[in-house]
Order: sequence, then C-alpha cells, then structure tokens
Amino acid sequence: MPLDIIVCVKHVPETAEAELKIDATGKGIEKAGLVFDINEWDDYALEEAVRIKEKFGGTVTAITVGPEDSESTLRKCLARGADKAIRLTDPKFAGSDAYATAKILYNVIKNLHFDLILTGAQAGDDGSAAVGPVLAELLGIPHATMVKKIEFSNGKAIVNRELEGGLEERLEVKLPALFAVQTGINEPRYVSIMGIRKAMQKEVKVMGLADIGLSENDVGEAGSWLRIERLYIPPVEKQAEFLKGSPDEIATKIVEILKSRGLI
Amino acid sequence: MTEIFVLAEHRQGQLRDITFEMLTKARELAEKTNAEPVAVILGKNVGEHAKNLAEHAKKVLLVEDEKLENFNSEAYQKVLSHLIKEHKPLLTITGHTSYGVELAPRLAVALNIPLATDCIELAFEGDAFTVTRQMYGGKVNVKAMLRKAESYMVTVRQAAFQAQKPPTPLNGQIVEVPSPLTEEITTKRFLEYVLPPPGGVDITAAEVLVGIGRGIKDQGNIPMVEELAKMLGGVLACSRPIVDKGWLPSDRQVGTSGKTVKPKLYIALGISGAFQHVLGMKNSDLIIAVNKDPKAPIFSFSDYGVVEDLFKVVPVLKNKISELKAQKA
Ligand SMILES: Cc1cc2nc3c(=O)[nH]c(=O)nc-3n(C[C@H](O)[C@H](O)[C@H](O)COP(=O)(O)OP(=O)(O)OC[C@H]3O[C@@H](n4cnc5c(N)ncnc54)[C@H](O)[C@@H]3O)c2cc1C
Repeated sequence: MPLDIIVCVKHVPETAEAELKIDATGKGIEKAGLVFDINEWDDYALEEAVRIKEKFGGTVTAITVGPEDSESTLRKCLARGADKAIRLTDPKFAGSDAYATAKILYNVIKNLHFDLILTGAQAGDDGSAAVGPVLAELLGIPHATMVKKIEFSNGKAIVNRELEGGLEERLEVKLPALFAVQTGINEPRYVSIMGIRKAMQKEVKVMGLADIGLSENDVGEAGSWLRIERLYIPPVEKQAEFLKGSPDEIATKIVEILKSRGLI
Repeated sequence: MTEIFVLAEHRQGQLRDITFEMLTKARELAEKTNAEPVAVILGKNVGEHAKNLAEHAKKVLLVEDEKLENFNSEAYQKVLSHLIKEHKPLLTITGHTSYGVELAPRLAVALNIPLATDCIELAFEGDAFTVTRQMYGGKVNVKAMLRKAESYMVTVRQAAFQAQKPPTPLNGQIVEVPSPLTEEITTKRFLEYVLPPPGGVDITAAEVLVGIGRGIKDQGNIPMVEELAKMLGGVLACSRPIVDKGWLPSDRQVGTSGKTVKPKLYIALGISGAFQHVLGMKNSDLIIAVNKDPKAPIFSFSDYGVVEDLFKVVPVLKNKISELKAQKA
C-alpha cells in the first residue's frame, strides 16, 4: 500500500554553541550571525517519511511555515528524497505561535491527499511540542507524539511512544494519522551530490495568506494563544565556580578538588 | 467558587511526582485568585490514589472506567472535555510529560481554550494570565501572556515547582463522576508497555560518572574519555544525542527519558545542559562541567565550571591523575 506522506518542517537557528543576544524589541533574539538549518526533530521525521516511501511507495511532501530563507531547509528535504515542497510565507505570519502555525498548515493540508503526516516532536527554538497534536485535532485525525518506531499492519499503524525513564508504550492507530517523531527513531542520511542536483530542479510551491483562505486575525500574534511580552537571559540560580587558567592549571585544580573530596 | 484543575498523572499503579508538584503550584495560585484547587483523576481502580490526592486538594474529581485503565489521549480528552465544560475551571494544569504533551494541545483546541506548554512559572497578574517558558535549549527565558479567556490551560515542566505537603491535610471531598465514555475508542488503542532492554552497565549504581554530550563530536573520541572514567573508578554516561547516534547503548543515557543518577561525582563534557538532561543529574554530589560556551546552561547546575575545549582539558587531566597514582604506588 503506497502512502502519501506530508512532513512538516521548521527552519531554526543552531544555538547550542552560539552566544544569544536579545534584540532591540526585547521580544526576539538577534538572528544575524546564526546558522539556520532543519529543526533536529524534523530531520528524523523527514528521514522516516523517505524510508516509508522507499519501502511501500507513495510520495513525500515537505511543508514549512517560515520566511524566504526557509527555502534552504525545503531544498534539503528535496535532496533527501522528498518529492514536493510547499513554503508558506507571508509577513503576516510573523509572531505565530504553535496554534497559529498549525492553523496555517491545516488550511493547506486539508486540501491535499495524505495517509500520514509526520512532524518533529518539538522545535528546538520554541520547544512548544504542540504543532503536531493541534494540527491533528483540526484535521480530525488520530495522532501520537514522541514516536520512536512506526510499523504498519492491516492498514493501521503500530507505533512505539516514548514515556519517561526509558519506558515505551505501543499503540495501534488508524490511518490517516499524524505522528510527532522523537530523535533516535532512525539515522538521518547524508545528502548525495546527485540528490542536491536533482533537488535544484524540483519546484517549491510558495503560498501566502491570500492563498490559504485565512484572515489576518487568524495568524501572527492576533491568531495566537500566546503573546510574547519579553525575552531575557535566565537568572543564574547556582553559579558554578569557574576554574580559570591554562589547561594544565585547570587540570591541577580539578585534581585538587577531587583529592580534597577523597575521590582519587 | 471557581476552580483550578490539576490532572493527576499515574502509571502502572503509581502517582507520578509531577502530580504533587502541580498541586503545590495550584494551591498557591488558588489562594491568590480565590479559587479552589481540584485534583482530577481518571483510571480504573484508582480510589486509593484519590484518597491520597484528597490530602493535597480541596476536591478530587474521580472518573473510573475500564476504558481508562491505560492512558489513551482520546479517552482522556472526552472525559476532560466533559468535566471542563461543566466546571469551567479558571485553569487546567497538566504535566509537560509524555502524557500531557499527547493530550493538552488537542484538548485546548477542542475546547477553544488558550494553552501554553512547558511552563516554568505561572501567574495571574491583574486580569491577565502570564507564563514563563524557555527557548533555545534553556538559553533564553520568555515571559508571555495568554489571550484573554474565561479558562486557560498549561503544561508544566517536571521539577519546575517543588512539591510540598499542605501544612495540614486538606481532606478534600472525593466526588465520583460517572464516566461519560459511552463507546470504545477505536481510532487509537493502547497495546502494551515496552520495557527498556536489560543493560550491561547500571549507571545509577556508579559513584563516578563521566557524562559526554554532542561536544564529543565523533565516536572515535569515546575511548579517550572512557579511559578517564576508568581512571576515576567510574563509567561513561551520556546525553541523548550520543544514544541517538548509536555511539553508546541507551542504558547510558542520563535524563528524563533516560536514567536519574546521583553519583558522588559527575563530570559533564560537552553537554549544553538542556533541562531533560539536567533533571537526570542535577542532584549529583559534585558536578564539574567542561564546555567551550561560557553561556551553556549546564554551568548553572554545576559546582565547578571550565570554559575550555574538552579535548585540551581531558588529556592533561588524565596525565595529572596518572602522575598522582604513580606517586601513591
Ligand atoms: C521528550 C524529550 C526527552 C528528552 N530526553 C533527554 C534525556 O533523557 N537526556 C538527554 O540528555 N537529552 C534528552 N533530550 C534532548 C535534550 O533536549 C537535548 O537535545 C540534549 O540533551 C542535548 O544534548 P547535548 O548537550 O549533548 O548536545 P548540545 O545541546 O548540542 O550541546 C553540545 C555542547 O557541547 C559543547 N561543545 C562542543 N564542542 C566542545 C568541545 N570541544 N569542548 C567542550 N565543549 C564543547 C557546546 O558548547 C554545547 O554546549 C530530550 C528531548 C525531548 C524533547
């Protein structure tokens, strides 16, 4: 049974090693100098979609809500094996939270054919973990989050969901369904040069507010549950004592600490 | 009187810690808003849990049904929709856990109630409801206001609030609500629990753990740090990406979806300090973190911090330990 799969992806900044500065509005971070890429969790979702297509046939469509720059993340999806891509871009979308973002996706996806929708379990930037389940509710299809394994049997999906402490639960879910994928479900592949060349020729469809049948009040801050008041660097609760000096001096200090605690 | 709902979380016969964390916060908010803290528990044969919850809340809404034996977000959604429509609580609090994340967003849409997820602080300020959450792996805090509504919903981060017992048990009234579930849920069915594969190493029993994160860069670098762990009489542990890549088995993972550890010494190498990791190791007796990034959140949970390339520090540290051991011998 070939499956038509939609994967929702987000273009996010890599911030693990970057110094973040709050911007002048106080409601965002300064984006200049940051490297953007596909959201970590979405990377696994895309890989899973492509693997399912390779096994059963069907199509993979990648969709993003984001600015023009997010084109590069969609190109990456196409290079990895997605067949089609849709970019939902409009200045009015700025400030959309998980709810507004899911509404935008819903208004496009409801007109497409699909058997399965995959999203990441969360986005590394806002960490909402809500776009997938909200979208499922709007579409009226069953869903599962934190999915670590997907199998198919008799037109149904059997998925493993991650619980806390290493425990998982197995669920049977009727298709069409939406799964929010957790990291570690697979190992995302590298993109071949061939894949990149092919991807350049594929079309990315671009749609804005006017094309999707929503009003200004449905999207952006107006259409969101949350309105950001301000961003700030978290206050330090327990500040580490920093060991300074050359690596040699630092190592000496660590050894002293371990000795004084009877650890060596 | 208006109510603040807390959805009690339980699994395999146990109430989970987050339930009492949420109830503590609910009591505090209830006092400020003149509301009543209400625990809501759904399940099969959970009367004992209800009694326990009654000490922590002014009221316990208890719904028992065969169909609620195991968590199923669709069954939970039906029951909670019914309860929320009837009671119109000012706020419904669930955990930002596997269960809460599965349930809350859909429920909020279905009831048209604004939701904020993964909150670390909640407050009613005047007639506004505000929350604090984090972005970018804990590097930035965000204060946000929810769209004005009669009723709000949140999921809260584990360990964001400290569970406290009320000074005297509240002896809340237990109200048994007949289950509104009329039909079997057929779109989604719980099949079974899957236990983690039995592991070779029990990191929860180790006195010394050297934890490695994505900063280790390559699988080929692992023997170098494994040696450090051995020299200290400990074992290697890791953050999630290391397990995801298949570099270490899953029984070495520290964090919410891995193990909770409390060794005498935890050395965190190239770990940023995402809360899911931190929750698994923050109670270690002594924490030393090495990270290139001076703003890495891990430093706010460590006793000693080293802002340096781990590949520069670890080899020298190993030499020093060897020297010391040679002297002693
Ligand atoms: C539902 C859920 C459950 C999760 N459960 C867990 C869990 O149980 N455990 C867990 O760990 N995570 C868990 N995570 C993932 C978690 O959110 C983070 O993604 C993860 O902890 C990040 O791992 P890291 O710190 O190794 O990597 P990163 O965040 O990428 O950080 C790498 C760090 O290494 C530093 N670094 C890089 N190179 C060097 C160098 N040469 N020398 C020194 N420092 C260097 C960088 O500055 C950076 O701070 C979970 C996520 C979700 C959504």
